[in-house]
Amino acid sequence: LKYKAYSWLSIHCSSKRIWRLFQKHVPDFTTTRQRTDLGILNFDIEANLTDLFDWNTKQLFLYLTCEYVTPKNKINQVVLWDKIVLRENLNDGVLEIKGANPEYYFFDDGSFLRNTPANLTLSWNVIPNAGYMPTFESSNAFTFVFPKDYSTPKI
Amino acid sequence: MSLLDLECLDSVRRLDTRRLLYQVLNFLMVVSSALMMWKGLMVITGSESPIVVVLSGSMEPAFHRGDLLFLTNRIEDPIVVGDITVFKIEGREIPIVHRVIRVHDDDKEGMKFLTKGDNNQVDDRGLYAESQLWLRRKDVLGRARGFLPYVLKLEKVKNVRL
Repeated sequence: LKYKAYSWLSIHCSSKRIWRLFQKHVPDFTTTRQRTDLGILNFDIEANLTDLFDWNTKQLFLYLTCEYVTPKNKINQVVLWDKIVLRENLNDGVLEIKGANPEYYFFDDGSFLRNTPANLTLSWNVIPNAGYMPTFESSNAFTFVFPKDYSTPKI
Repeated sequence: MSLLDLECLDSVRRLDTRRLLYQVLNFLMVVSSALMMWKGLMVITGSESPIVVVLSGSMEPAFHRGDLLFLTNRIEDPIVVGDITVFKIEGREIPIVHRVIRVHDDDKEGMKFLTKGDNNQVDDRGLYAESQLWLRRKDVLGRARGFLPYVLKLEKVKNVRL
């Protein structure tokens, strides 16, 4: 999926954990307003970013992707969270996210989230001062399965 | 040297056809070499515009207006989330450089995806054509793989509107 050219960079981001995982069947107001599945989860991310910066790295674009397969779509990739880390804002390079909500609505293209296994991967796009712009994935993806029922709506 | 000058001046005055043709051919050779290199770059990258200039600030702080991007568009390279794509919306001429944030691929409809600029608060659905919800592979001019900053100083040019 991604490039192996910069393999001398050690890839060792994060241990992700999720909690509060459920799905609802609600109108998708972002597209056709038809009822589709909405995935809801909170996640933790821990990562050390210092080794990912070298002399030519201007910025890292980090993003958390959820990938899953449904009977309708053989490929589904949804970005749940992203963050821009500039070199000057690196500080100690420790990234700790706790109990974060996704930044974007996790609507499925259809209604196939129930009982579907999915995995969360943390990836980063390296924006250099000049030159090649590769993307890397962390080697440890977090796998989970959506519950088999919708959650009851709470007011 | 002075003898040569005299000869040149003489030939110009006499409008030496052979020399004139030689100069024209030389010029055409330079132009066609440049054209060959450009077309060759299009073939190698698979993109119809392998080099683009960033026109808006919607991908800051990664790209600023005036930066140069080098694109590839190989068919065997699938579009995945996180890719910085340069795409054109039907009916609009100006290409847009944004990042893919959702991809869905089914066997019947093919691949569709959604984009968003890093510096924008919302995704690009508002930019797409009327009743268009997703972008398709055919809308993509290429994926940005290389980057050169500050090539054109576009900060001073205020009338470039996007």
